[in-house]
Amino acid sequence: MMPQALRRVLPQILTLAAVVMLVTLVFPTFLSISVSDGRLVGPVIDILKRGAPIGLLAIGMTLVIASRGIDLSVGTVMAICGAVAATAIVNGWGLGPALLLALAAGLAAGLWNGFLVAVIGIQPIVATLILMTAGRGIAQLITEGRILTFSHPGLAFLGSGSLFGIPVPALLWLAAAIAVTLLMRRTALGLLIEAIGVNRRASALAGVNARVLLIAVYMASGLCAAVAGLIATADIRGADANNAGLWLELDAILAVVIGGNSLMGGRFSIAASVLGALIIQTIDTGILLAGFPSEYNLVLKAALVIIILILQSPRLAADWQLWRRSRSGLSGSHAAATPKPKESLR
Amino acid sequence: MLLSVQSLTKTFPGTRALDGVDFELAAGEVHALLGENGAGKSTLIKCLTGAYRRDAGEIRLEGARISPRSTSEAQELGIGTVYQEVNLLPNLTVAQNLAFGREPRRFGLVDGRAMRAMARETLMGYGLDIDVGRDLGCYSVAIQQIIAIARAVALSGKVLILDEPTASLDAREVEMLFDVVRGLRDRGLGIVFVSHFLDQVFALSDRVTVLRNGQKVVTEATRDLDRVRLIEHMLGRVLEDEVVAQAAGHGAGAPIRPELLRAEGLGRRGMIEPFDLRVGVGEVIGLAGLLGSGRTESAELLFGVRAAQTGTARDADGEIDLSSPRTAIAAGFGFAPEDRKTDGIVGDLSVRENIALALQARRGWTRPMSRAEQVRLAKDYIARLDIRTSDAEKPVGQLSGGNQQKVILARWLAMNPRFLILDEPTRGIDVGAHAEILHLIRELTSGGMSILIVSSELDELIAVSDRVIVVRDRRHVAELTGAEISTETIVRAIAEEDAA
Amino acid sequence: MKLNGLLATAAALALTAGAASAQTVGFSQIGSESGWRAAETTLTKQQAEERGIDLKFSDAQQKQENQIAAIRSFVAQGVDAILLAPVVATGWDSVLEEAQEAEIPVVLLDRQVDSSDDLYLTAVGSDLVHEGNVAGQWLVETVGDKECRVVELQGTTGSSPAIDRANGFRQAIEGHDNIEIVRSQTGDFTRAQGKEVMESFLQAENGGKDICALYAHNDDMAVGAIQAIKEAGLNPGEDILIVSIDAVPDIFQAMADGDANATVELTPNMAGPAFDALAAYWADGTMPPKFIQTESKLYTQADDPMGQYEAKKGLGY
Repeated sequence: MMPQALRRVLPQILTLAAVVMLVTLVFPTFLSISVSDGRLVGPVIDILKRGAPIGLLAIGMTLVIASRGIDLSVGTVMAICGAVAATAIVNGWGLGPALLLALAAGLAAGLWNGFLVAVIGIQPIVATLILMTAGRGIAQLITEGRILTFSHPGLAFLGSGSLFGIPVPALLWLAAAIAVTLLMRRTALGLLIEAIGVNRRASALAGVNARVLLIAVYMASGLCAAVAGLIATADIRGADANNAGLWLELDAILAVVIGGNSLMGGRFSIAASVLGALIIQTIDTGILLAGFPSEYNLVLKAALVIIILILQSPRLAADWQLWRRSRSGLSGSHAAATPKPKESLR
Repeated sequence: MLLSVQSLTKTFPGTRALDGVDFELAAGEVHALLGENGAGKSTLIKCLTGAYRRDAGEIRLEGARISPRSTSEAQELGIGTVYQEVNLLPNLTVAQNLAFGREPRRFGLVDGRAMRAMARETLMGYGLDIDVGRDLGCYSVAIQQIIAIARAVALSGKVLILDEPTASLDAREVEMLFDVVRGLRDRGLGIVFVSHFLDQVFALSDRVTVLRNGQKVVTEATRDLDRVRLIEHMLGRVLEDEVVAQAAGHGAGAPIRPELLRAEGLGRRGMIEPFDLRVGVGEVIGLAGLLGSGRTESAELLFGVRAAQTGTARDADGEIDLSSPRTAIAAGFGFAPEDRKTDGIVGDLSVRENIALALQARRGWTRPMSRAEQVRLAKDYIARLDIRTSDAEKPVGQLSGGNQQKVILARWLAMNPRFLILDEPTRGIDVGAHAEILHLIRELTSGGMSILIVSSELDELIAVSDRVIVVRDRRHVAELTGAEISTETIVRAIAEEDAA
Repeated sequence: MKLNGLLATAAALALTAGAASAQTVGFSQIGSESGWRAAETTLTKQQAEERGIDLKFSDAQQKQENQIAAIRSFVAQGVDAILLAPVVATGWDSVLEEAQEAEIPVVLLDRQVDSSDDLYLTAVGSDLVHEGNVAGQWLVETVGDKECRVVELQGTTGSSPAIDRANGFRQAIEGHDNIEIVRSQTGDFTRAQGKEVMESFLQAENGGKDICALYAHNDDMAVGAIQAIKEAGLNPGEDILIVSIDAVPDIFQAMADGDANATVELTPNMAGPAFDALAAYWADGTMPPKFIQTESKLYTQADDPMGQYEAKKGLGY
C-alpha cells in the first residue's frame, strides 16, 4: 500500500526537488531556515505559508475534477468569504461568528454550484462560471467596493500567526490535506467519487447516489475556498473584493494537473495535487527572489510549467522507456519485447 | 456488380463485430440491411465509408479493389452516406451546403449567383423548388434529408448509403423521401438502406440482407420474403445443441410458483404503455420484441432507471418504491443494462472495485469495505464465474465483452438480489461465455432468484424462460407459458401487427 | 451606492432642461471600480452642492456606450456644462461635437481623450510623473547624504501609472548617488501582492536589514508591505522608510501609527478646479488652459494623519 502510494507521487516529488534546485541556483540561500522570535523564517517557510490558498483550493479542486467536473468559482468564493468574515469582524460580531459565517458562505456557494451541476444538469464549466463572474459583484456589495480593513488579532492570527514556530496557514493546509485524504481513503467516499467521475450513469445504476455526492464534492470545494479566503483576508488584514483570489482558480486547476490527475475524472491523489500546488508556489516565490524585472514573471512561470507538463506527459514517459530499452538492447542483452505505448480508441 | 464485399472481418477488443460477411449491391437496386443492435450493420457501413479499417476481406467497387481510409476518400471513390441526424451545417444556406468544399469561383472569389443557380438546378432534379438562399436550418428535417442526399449523390454518384434516414420523419415525409430514393434507383444508383422499420423495408427495397451477431444470415429478394420469415432471420432460430439439451427440461406443465412481486399498470408516456407483470419466485421471464418495441423500456421502469408515471409494484410486504435505481436496489432488485460500456462498467476502475461497487453503495460511504474484504469478494466471483483477467486489479475496461458482463453479474450477485433484470446479457459475447451465462441463469433460479431477461436472441429466450412476454409497439401484447413457447409462436406474436 | 447612482440617473433623465435658475451640470462617471473613484464621485457631489450647482449624475458601469448615451441625454436636457471621466481614450469625437454644437462646455476629469482639444473646454487631472517626482524628492530630502538602498513595489506591469510613477521617482533621485534602487518588482497595485513581494524583498536583502526605504506605486501595496515588514520583526517607518502614492485613508492610519512616512495625494477632488474654471467661463467667457494640473500634495507624519484619516474616511474610499 505505502510503496504504491509513494510511487504515485514520485514524479511530483522529483519535480519539486528539481524546481527547488533550480531556485537555489539563482538564489543560493533559498534553503536556509533560521529561527527568529521563536518562529521559523526562510524562503521555504514562506512558500509553505504563501502556498496555503492555492494548496487548499487544489484539495477541493482535486475532488471536483475527480468527479469529472471543474470549479471555476473558487477564486471568487475566496473573495466572498473574506468579505463576509471582515464584515462580521468590523461589525463587532466576534471571531467565532465571523469564521462560521465565512465557512457557511463557502458551503452555500458550493451548494449552489452542486445544485446547478447535479440537479439542473448544467455543465460544470458553465455552472461555476456563473458564480465566478457574479461572485465578485457579491463580494463588492458586501464590502461596499472598498478594502475592508480590520485589526482583530484573532482573525489576523489565521494569516500571520504561528504555532510551534510554523506559520498558521501552512498548518491549516497541511491539516486539511491530511484530513481530506483520510476522509477519502478511510471511508468509501474516494471510491464512490472516482466511480461517478469515470462513469456517472453506470455508477448511478449500481446504486451510487451520484447526485448527493456531486453536491457534496462542490460543497467541499466551497469549504476549501472559504478557508483559503479567510487566510488571504487575514494575511493582509483586509477584505479586497476586487483582488482576493483573482485568477487563483486557474493556478488550482494547474496544481491538480501537475499532480498528474486527469481532467477527465476518475482516479485522484490529493497528495499529488498538493505537491503540484507547492511546485507552483515555489516557482512563483523563486521568480520573486531571483530579482528579474517583473515583465519576465509570467513568461518564466509559463515556460517552467510547460517544461514540467511535457516531462510528465505519459507519451514521453513511454518513449523514454522505449529509448532506454533500445539502448540497453544495443549494449548487449536483447531487451524483452517492448510494450507498445497504450493505444486508445478515442 | 456495382459493389461487392467478400469475407469482411472486423474485430474490436473482446468482440468480433463482423465475421466474414459477404454483401453485394447491384446498380439500380435498393438493398435493405437489417439486424438488431450489435448485429454489425453500422460496422459494415463504417468499413464501406472508410470510418473503420477492415481487418480482413475485400471490398470491390465496379470490380476494382478499394480501401477507403476516410469518409472523404470513400466519397471521392463514389460512396456517399446520409445519416439519421443530418450532418450538414444548419447555419449556412441551402446553396452553400450543396456547394460546400467545391464552390464555383470567379476571379478567385465564391460566385454566389452561380452557386445558387447550381443549387436550384440540382434540387429541381429532386422535385424540390425552394429558396436556396435561406439557411438550411429553416427547412424541415425531410427537406434537409433530401438536400443531404442531393449533396451525397452530387459528390459520389455511384453508391448511396442511407443510415436510418427516416427515424425522425412522419409518414408523408417518408413517402416524399422514398420517391426521391426510387428516382435515384431508376437513374442507376446502388442504394443501401438501413432501417428497423419493416414496413419501409418492404415498401422500398428490392433485396434484403440480414446480419446477426456479426454474420450474414441471409440475402433474399424482398418479394420472396414474408414478415414472419424476416423476423425469424433477425432474431435467430437455430438453437445451439447444448442449450437445446438443457432447455428440454421445461415445457411440460410449468410448476405453480409462489408470487415474488406483482406490477400493475406500470407505464410511462413515450416509453411503454401501462403493463401488468407477475413474477414468481425462481421464475425466468423472457421479454421478446424487436428493437424499439418497448422491451428495454419495460426493464428500465422495473428498475427505476426512469420513474413510472402510472402504476404500482408490490410484494407480500406491501408496495415497492421503484422511483430510482437506489430504491429498486433497496427492494432487492439488480439490473445489468443493455449497453455495458456506457451504463454498466466503470471502465477505469479495477475488476475488484467494479464488483464491490453496488455493495459498497448500499452500505453507504461511512461503512467502507476493507480492502481485504473487497479482494476476497473479487477473488470469489472471479473463480465462481470464471472471469478471465490477469488479476483483480486490472481496469475492467481492458477485459473482453463477455468478462465485462460477468463482472457486472458478479456485482449484482454480491448483493444477493431476489429479482435480477438482465437486458441483452449475451450481446457481443463469444460463444463460450454465452453458454456460461445461460448456465448461470439457470443455476441462480434454482437457488430461488427470479430473473427477467430481455433478449433479441429467440433461441436464448426459449432456452431459459419459463414464461415469455412479447412486446410490440410499446405494448405487452402476448404472454406465452410452458409448451406455448416456441420460435413460431413468438415470431407470430411479434409479426401480428400486419394482420391487425 | 450603485442603487443611488441609478436613481440619480433616472432622476436626471426625468428632469427637463432649464427649469431651475441655478446652473445645471451633467456628470458622466466611469463607475465605482475603486475606492478612489467612489471618493471622486462623493467629492464631486459635495463640491456641486457647496456651489449651488444642480448635478445630474450618471454611472456608466464601465461602459463607453452608457457614457455616450448619458452625454446625449445631457445635451438633450440642455445642461450648462458636462463633466466627463472617460472610460477609454478613443471614440469620443462625434458625441463631443454634438455637445459643441449645442454650445455646452465639456470638462474632462482625471483621464484624457484622443480627440482634438478644441472639442472640450479643459481637462483636469494629475500628472503621474510629477507624483513619482514628489515622492522621490521627499526621499532625497529625508535621507540627506546617507547611503540608501531602495526597494520599489511597482504597479501593474505596463500600466501608465506604473510607468510614469517609476520614471518620476527616478528623475528625482538622479544625481543622488547615495540613493540606489536595488530591487523592483510588480505588486499589481494590490495589498496581497504588495505583502508577498515585500516578503521576498526582505528574504533577498538580508532579512530586510539592507533595505533603507520602500517606494510603493500605491498605498495599498505599501499597507501590505508594512505588514510583511512587521512580521519579519522590523519596524516599518523607522528601520525602513516608506513612501507611497494616492493618500487613501488606510495609509493615514498607518502614518498615525508611525508605520508609514509619507504619501503623495492623487486628489479625488477633480471637480473643484473644474467648477472654478466653469464659473469663470460662465461669468465672462474666460478660456481656461487646456490642462489643469491638480496639486500632488505630499503628506507626512507631521500633517495630522489622524485628522486626514477622519476627513477621508467618509468619502467612500
